[in-house]
Amino acid sequence: MQSVKAKFVSFWRALFRDPVLSFGVVSLLLLMALAIAPAKDHFSEWRHYQQQYLRLIRDRGDAVTLQRHFQGGIRQIWLPELGVVDRCQSCHTGLGEASLVDVSAQPFRRHPVIPHRLDEFGCVICHRGQGGATTAAEAHHSMLAREEPLLPARYIESSCGQCHHVALAGTPKLNDGRNLLGRYGCVRCHTVRLPDGSTMAATDDPPPLTHIADKTSREWIYAWLKDPASYAASATMPNFQLSDADARDISAFLIANSQPLPGDSLPISPAAAKSAPDPAAGASLYGESFCASCHAVQNAAGNVVGGDIGPELTRVGNKLKPEWLHAWLKDPRNYDANTLMPHYRWTDQQLSLLTGYVQSKTDSDFLANVHLDSATPQQIAHGKALVTEYGCAVCHEIRGIAKPENFAPDLSRVGSKPLAQLVFVAGMQKTLPDYIDGKIRHPRTFGAGLRMPQYTFTAGQVDALTTALLSLTDRSFTLPTRLQIPAQPMATYQPAGHAGKLMAELNCFACHRINGRGGDMAPDLSWEGSAVQRPWLDAFLKNPNTLRPALIRRMPKFNLSDSERAELTDYFMAVYQTADIDRDSMPTSGYSPALVEQGRQLFYSKYSCQSCHQVDPKQDKGYIGPPLTQVGSRLDAAWIDRWLKNPQALRPGTIEPNQNMGDEDAAALTAFLMTQKTSGRQEAKK
Amino acid sequence: MKQILWISTVVLSAVAAGCAHSTAPTPALRATAIGAAIVESSGGKQLGTSGSMLPQPLVVQVNDAQGNAVTGALVTFRAPAGVSFDPAASLTDSSGQASTNVTLGGTSGRYQLTAASTDKTGKSFELNITELALGYQEQIGYELDQNYCARCHDQESSAERVSNYDNLAVKPHAFTDGDTLNKLSDSDLTAIISHGGPALNRSALMPPYGSTLSKVEIQALIAYIRLVADPPWRVTGVVYAKR
Repeated sequence: MQSVKAKFVSFWRALFRDPVLSFGVVSLLLLMALAIAPAKDHFSEWRHYQQQYLRLIRDRGDAVTLQRHFQGGIRQIWLPELGVVDRCQSCHTGLGEASLVDVSAQPFRRHPVIPHRLDEFGCVICHRGQGGATTAAEAHHSMLAREEPLLPARYIESSCGQCHHVALAGTPKLNDGRNLLGRYGCVRCHTVRLPDGSTMAATDDPPPLTHIADKTSREWIYAWLKDPASYAASATMPNFQLSDADARDISAFLIANSQPLPGDSLPISPAAAKSAPDPAAGASLYGESFCASCHAVQNAAGNVVGGDIGPELTRVGNKLKPEWLHAWLKDPRNYDANTLMPHYRWTDQQLSLLTGYVQSKTDSDFLANVHLDSATPQQIAHGKALVTEYGCAVCHEIRGIAKPENFAPDLSRVGSKPLAQLVFVAGMQKTLPDYIDGKIRHPRTFGAGLRMPQYTFTAGQVDALTTALLSLTDRSFTLPTRLQIPAQPMATYQPAGHAGKLMAELNCFACHRINGRGGDMAPDLSWEGSAVQRPWLDAFLKNPNTLRPALIRRMPKFNLSDSERAELTDYFMAVYQTADIDRDSMPTSGYSPALVEQGRQLFYSKYSCQSCHQVDPKQDKGYIGPPLTQVGSRLDAAWIDRWLKNPQALRPGTIEPNQNMGDEDAAALTAFLMTQKTSGRQEAKK
Repeated sequence: MKQILWISTVVLSAVAAGCAHSTAPTPALRATAIGAAIVESSGGKQLGTSGSMLPQPLVVQVNDAQGNAVTGALVTFRAPAGVSFDPAASLTDSSGQASTNVTLGGTSGRYQLTAASTDKTGKSFELNITELALGYQEQIGYELDQNYCARCHDQESSAERVSNYDNLAVKPHAFTDGDTLNKLSDSDLTAIISHGGPALNRSALMPPYGSTLSKVEIQALIAYIRLVADPPWRVTGVVYAKR
């Protein structure tokens, strides 16, 4: 200690013995201190990149333009309303230079074309990171409290979803993810509240379990609970990874809890079953009823073929009781008032045929190893406890169990969840996207006692879901409302009266959209009464096979009675009209031959309609639009005239191009098309 | 004393092993066989979204000099920065095939991937595979193509969409037909899309879409056409002089 002090004293004396020397040393120190700030600035990372950029553009053909655009120093986008202070362009100097298309090195790459301007939105709104930082490490990778790293490019569409709550053409992954959140019922357990105050709604259709014993066996319930995918590859029900005993007890409870429903079981009369005309009749009835438009079946190659509106039917014979299926096909709304299944008016013979055919879809291995002893009261009680614990009643209606509210964590702001609140599994990258990705892939690995079930998503689906969840940020709630584009809620339109009841039974809205409500598989019918002629509509409902016979997904034949058909046709013709078209303004026939001939010329030469439509099936081959061979008996003349002038005005999104057709051309083409009528011979053939 | 030495040795080696584990990459694969040529099996020329995994895995096959599949040959995958493989190297399976999942980089464009293996003399032989990444603009173009154009311009029919190509008296060009489409400038393509075939003295079977698609949509469609062109389309206009 003494020696240190002595050394210090001797050093001090050596230094300040001479006043001139001491002045010099202090001046030098002061000078160095003053130089720190400019030196830091001079050697800063961004200045280094700017010099690199200037060297890069110096040799290019458009160097003068690029140099003129270049602004040195720290560049900042400041948008107080959005909370944006972005200095990214200090290093990313060439973001707005379209001519740098060949430059792939960062930070000099140009920004790809997007519909927004950089100076209106800044960078961090989409890319995250710290906009105010002036070093790459802090801007891109910081994970300190309330700071976040850049969003990986694979999830970039999530940023669009902060404002855009409607599906965009440029964000397929985000759209896909949002659909999956609804389709797999994620939002039944996890509440997702959107900035406009609405809640994301589930789009799946979990069946009520109140009368399940009428429908299926306890063995099937057991096998389904153990692994839904082993029954149906496209099952949306997840795997709860139940033990054998737990699955046994839940199946025992569900069967014991089930109440028989009157009319739920309809024995097939042996006479009707025997009267089948030929073995293939069931299959052809399944085909001509277009069951495959909604129901899929797994083929020998393992591909699931068919629609996804109804459940997959690959092994349905292992599941259903034939008497229940018979009653279901006769009137599905008796069992489930809200089902999407249309009420086909099949005859008794057709019902037994179809029941037999659908029941034949079995897999002899499935259920082969399931043997359950009769249930004990303890097992039933335990089953009830498990059903409550796993929240089965969140999705399914179960007698005696109330639907739990807020069963799982709210995900309304999961895209901004601070890292400090997350518990990571060992070996995992410690970022929010990786956390969400892991939670979706292997939810039960995050701890003991977790109830979230295991889904079987593909890698692409997991990416899509993660993208959709990352779009649920704090920022989406604080952005100005003028930027928010809320989702369009489905209209609640309900046709009235007896016709409305009929439309509910046939479930027209599953495929057709009317007045903003319904699916998009089939044409919008809001203005059908202005478009078609009444006799055609009546004949079409009788036999829908007449329009576009080559399509796979088609309008089924509902076997309506004459009075039902007349009622529906009357309702359509009277109610579904647009005020813009006067049906009586143009005649259905009696056009002058000269005008018709002029229309023919326009059809084949100027507008070349034959590339998509057929008028004369012998020479025209186009098959994109509907065949026009009988269009004069199908459509109203005023509708054709208006359609030709602007198809999108009558049916938004139709792919027929708007050709800006003048009045004269449209009138001539209408005259030509109105002469294309059902021939007498074809009439007689029906 | 001996005991202390023994314990410290154990502790040190454990620490060393721990460090080795955390820094070393996955244990290197050892080829158990060698081939002579590498061919593409499936997964080339895919359209993916930039920054995302391709929908199908990339599968290549290693053959010997006689053209028979080789099991146990080491295949390594390489690509420009931004592209990642899972796994980046693998041994061929019993049918001679090695498969990897490819995640494309964050920018749109063509990505040239390489699958390589070594022959008897230790010389490397490789296979180049091209994959296409759709950016925002190209993605919109792709959707428009699927909705409006592919019905005639794509010869391939699917169950959902039967191609109209064979029904047309004058055959449209596939968008991948770079030999023809690369010769058309952006303004020519804009004209033919907006005003139909007659705008460039071509068939009227191509209808005008100028009142149906917006300008932005037509630009997006052209960006997509430029991306999928084969041979690839090159930017024209500015000359990049090198000193």
